[in-house]
Amino acid sequence: MKQRISPSLKIVAAVAALFVALPLVSIFVRVPWSDLGDILSQKSTRDALLISLQTSIIAALISCLFGVPLAWFLARSATRGLSALRIICITPMVLPPVVGGIALLTAFGRQGIIGQYLYDWFNISLPFTRTAVVMAQVFVAMPFLVLAVEAAFRQSDRGLEEAARTMGASPSRVFFTIALPAARPAIIAGIALAWARSLGEFGASITFAGSFPGRTQTLPMAVYELVSIDYRLSLVLSLVLIFISVCVLAAMRDRWMAGR
Amino acid sequence: MDGWPMSISLQGIIGRGEFERALNFSVADGEVLAVTGPNGSGKSTVIHTIAGLVPLRSGQLQSDNITWDDPVAKIWVTPEQRTCAVVFQDLRLFPHMNVLSNVAYGLRAHGVTKDEAIERSQKILIRVGLASFEKRRSNDLSGGERQRVALARALVLEPRVLLLDEPLSAVDVASRAALRELLPEVLGGFTGATILVTHDPGDVEALATRSLGLK
Repeated sequence: MKQRISPSLKIVAAVAALFVALPLVSIFVRVPWSDLGDILSQKSTRDALLISLQTSIIAALISCLFGVPLAWFLARSATRGLSALRIICITPMVLPPVVGGIALLTAFGRQGIIGQYLYDWFNISLPFTRTAVVMAQVFVAMPFLVLAVEAAFRQSDRGLEEAARTMGASPSRVFFTIALPAARPAIIAGIALAWARSLGEFGASITFAGSFPGRTQTLPMAVYELVSIDYRLSLVLSLVLIFISVCVLAAMRDRWMAGR
Repeated sequence: MDGWPMSISLQGIIGRGEFERALNFSVADGEVLAVTGPNGSGKSTVIHTIAGLVPLRSGQLQSDNITWDDPVAKIWVTPEQRTCAVVFQDLRLFPHMNVLSNVAYGLRAHGVTKDEAIERSQKILIRVGLASFEKRRSNDLSGGERQRVALARALVLEPRVLLLDEPLSAVDVASRAALRELLPEVLGGFTGATILVTHDPGDVEALATRSLGLK
C-alpha cells in the first residue's frame, strides 16, 4: 500500500535529493563532450584508468580471499575478545583514509615495524609501489566485505550445517559445501562493494603509495592533481568514476532495494 | 546387557539450556526403540545428544562398546565420526542441491568416490520410491517426498544407529499413510539399531519394537 507523505516532508526530502544530485548532474553538464574521445585516449588517462582497474580488481579479490574466512571466524568463533577484534577489523570503514595511509606507512614503511625487516632481510620496499596501492585499497575496502558476509553467515541456517556434520562432513567441508553457497549473494555483494570502494580509494593510497603517473597514480589521484592543471580533463575522469559507481549500484539494486 | 555389544547405550544426564533429564537405555541391532513424551520432555535432545550436536551433561554414551561421549573422562567423538545417521524433524535438506546430491553428500563426505556415491544414492532413491526425482530441487518437492529424501540421505550411509525425529510430523495425511507403509519395509531391511522419536501412539504401534516414555 502506498503511504501518503506530508508536503513538508516532501520538500525536505527534495532538498536532500537535490543536494546529492546537483553536483553529479553539474559534471554531466560541464563535461567537454566533444573532446571526450580525445581525452579518454590520452596515454596519461589510459594509464590511470588501467592502474585503477588493475589494482581495484586485485584488491577486491584479495579482500574476498581473506575477508570471507575472517567473516566466518567473526560469525562463528566462541573465542573471547571477539567483539574487540570485530571493532578493530572494521575500523578502516570509519577511519579517515589518510590516517589509514599513515598507519600502513608505520607498519610497512622502510622504517615501519614490519617494513624495516622486509627491507633489511629481503630488500623489499613496499611504499610508493603498485603493491602499496593494492594494500591501501584492501585496508579500506575489506571491512565492507567482512561486514556484509559476516551478517550473512550469522543469518544462515545452522541446522543445515549440523545436518552436514552428522552426515560425516568435516568442519572445513561444511564451510565450503554448505555455508559458502548459502552466503553466495552476500559474498558477491561484498566483492562489488569492496571493488567500488577500492576504485574510489584516494587518501590511504596517496599517503602510502604516492601519486606517480604510470606507476601508482589511480584515477582519483589523477582527478585530484588535474583539478588545478586541466579542469576539463578532471571532469572527464570524474565522469568515468561516476559512470562506474552508478553501474555497480545498478547491478546491486536488487540486493539493497528489494522489490523496487 | 553386560558385556553384550549394544548398538547404542546411553546412561547419564542429557540437557540443553535449562532443561535436564536423567536417562538410561540401550538399543540392540534390529530393535526400534520409540521415545515418546509430550513437547518439552527432551525427545529431540536425545537424538541430538546421540548425534553429537549436544554434549552429555554427565554419564556415558557408547556405541558398539566405543565411547562417543563421556564428560568426566573427557572423551568426545565429533558428529562426523559417529556411525549414526539422523532424519531431523525439520528435515534440513540442502536447498542448493538437487535430490541426488543431497543423498550422495554424506557418502562423498565419507570419501566414497563420485561414481560409487551416485550409484548407491540412485539405488536408495529407488528403495524409497523416488527413482525419477534425482534432478529435482528439494524446494520443489511435497512434504512426503522431502521426507523420503531425508530418509534416503540417512539410510545411504548404512549407519549403525538410525535416529528418526518425528519422521511423520511434517507430512500431510495422505503422505503419512504411504510413509507408514514404507517405513516398516525400510526399517525391516535395516540391520542396526533405530531410535524413533514420536508423540503419536500410532507410530509406536506401527513401527516400534519397544518404547521409552519420557514424562
